[in-house]
Amino acid sequence: MRVAQLMLIVMTGFALAACKSKPATLPDASNAAEQTTADTGRTTDTDVSGSARDPNEQAKQIALQTGTIIYFDYDRAEIKAEFVPIVTAHAKYLNTSSTNKIRLEGHSDERGSREYNIGLGERRAQAVRRALMLQGVTEAQITTVSYGEERPAVQGSDESAYAKNRRVELVYGR
Amino acid sequence: MLNLVRSLAVVALVALLAPVANAQLVIEITRGQENAVPIAVVPFGWESANAAPFDVAQVVAADLQRSGRFAPVDRKDMIDRPTAGDQIRFQDWRYLKSDFIVVGKLTPEGGDRYAAQFELYNVLNGQRLAGQRLTATASSMRAMSHRIADIIFEQLTGIRGAFSTRIAFVSAEGTPPKQQYTLIVADADGENQQKIASSSEPIMSPSWSPDGQSLAYVSFESRSSAIYIQTLRSGERSRVSARAGINGAPAWSPDGGTLALTLSRKDGDVDIYTLKLSSQTLTRMTFDPGIDTEPVWSNDGRKLYFMSDRAGGPQIYEIDVDQPTRATRVTFEGTYNARPRLSPDGKQLAVVHLDRGNFRIAVVDLQSKGVQVLSPGRQDESPSFAPNGATLIYATQDRGRGVLATVSVDGRVQQRLAASSGDVREPVWSPFPAGR
Repeated sequence: MRVAQLMLIVMTGFALAACKSKPATLPDASNAAEQTTADTGRTTDTDVSGSARDPNEQAKQIALQTGTIIYFDYDRAEIKAEFVPIVTAHAKYLNTSSTNKIRLEGHSDERGSREYNIGLGERRAQAVRRALMLQGVTEAQITTVSYGEERPAVQGSDESAYAKNRRVELVYGR
Repeated sequence: MLNLVRSLAVVALVALLAPVANAQLVIEITRGQENAVPIAVVPFGWESANAAPFDVAQVVAADLQRSGRFAPVDRKDMIDRPTAGDQIRFQDWRYLKSDFIVVGKLTPEGGDRYAAQFELYNVLNGQRLAGQRLTATASSMRAMSHRIADIIFEQLTGIRGAFSTRIAFVSAEGTPPKQQYTLIVADADGENQQKIASSSEPIMSPSWSPDGQSLAYVSFESRSSAIYIQTLRSGERSRVSARAGINGAPAWSPDGGTLALTLSRKDGDVDIYTLKLSSQTLTRMTFDPGIDTEPVWSNDGRKLYFMSDRAGGPQIYEIDVDQPTRATRVTFEGTYNARPRLSPDGKQLAVVHLDRGNFRIAVVDLQSKGVQVLSPGRQDESPSFAPNGATLIYATQDRGRGVLATVSVDGRVQQRLAASSGDVREPVWSPFPAGR
């Protein structure tokens, strides 16, 4: 059930990423032109579709659509293969500008002691941080926080609730 | 089983100063001691046309009952209401099978002041065991009543009473992800609740200063964890650690001058440090790449016990504060031992112990290393000793809700303190009040 849901989310993410990947290459070129005009004129872009042509914004949209939550196994902090595309998409966005910043919020399920769970949440956030840095994101772009079991995504004391709570959330602008 | 199951509900009254209506605690004795000692606590005399300002005997009886060691005689069964020793007809009380009797009276002392004179007698031989006169104002009557219960308890058991102590705990109201977190301090019987801090971001890990005047705790109110110290009476608060990464698990040294705490700094390595409060000097205590956290001091302040998963699963270790490079493993039984808390006599550690798939409270004997499981739950955590070492308070779950529970160190007496709504968790028992 859960795996199926996750697979669906991931696959939807892939599908969206695939759809977007084509137009994503187009604004790249046109943006170069925009960039030069901006240098001379700095006219504000009132075109609604303008944001979509901004490669930075484009990469962000792709990243957000690929996924913003990475789930983990019990007591583990390894990023499973199915979530690697999420890391890659966010790394791509972060790499478009060094001013792009991300916040990684690590969480655990409710089992066991609370401060140890803070440690486990931190370990997960650090795993995602390292994965992003391996793809070129710099230290200065990433902040991490671990909430342990203190901010569950869902309430409940069964495996399906636990699985939804063992996670790292990739957050912008918080 | 053979255990006499007693049920008692003490409904918490709303506190006068800072009412926390949502987190009222209701105490229920889930398992009492088989051979609890019967004791009659006769309603105190009050010689006035007006109603008595406070029911001292009721608080004393409830305290004794909560200890699990005493079974107070029901008021309805009392044929007589003596208020002094010379009025007691011991035969009547022997007939009621009461081993001990407490009598007393309350007298106005002028203005807001009252005096309570009480006496404790052995019903079987008529011997007077204790007697004392205490004074209180209208607002400190409850505290005085706990004090009387302390005196009686110590006289009859030889153990210092802990009825005048307090507990701090965290309540969480609302449904995730929108929750309101509140740090609360209450009397040991759940009464007299005061709100210490409140936030829509998590609050956790409260820790009492050794003088009982302040609490250190973790708050995420600034969107990342930070450790605060707050003086209870004045409400004055200071932020003592807001470093990058984790700022967690504060624990006061016995002299109150240093906090042990957990930091992960920039590199994410979760380790224990000490922070000298006067100089802000930070000293690293653990160096392992695993998670090291949940420190607690030895009574002499020279050692720290803590949890580490350096060997795979979480286990308890100890280090010498002056030579922290070498850690010695303390627990070996079971695959999960975490959140150590030292007993007041320094001989046992209470831990969260994975017992055949259930997280339970256990005590580890530091000499023999033997483990004794005390709690019956599935998800029990955050054990904390009463300062007299007789009882532990911890957090457990009841139908999906966080509630507090207590268990005597021999495991025989169990109680539950359920909040009327929301989750309550992370109870910590205060030290004894100063002045004795």
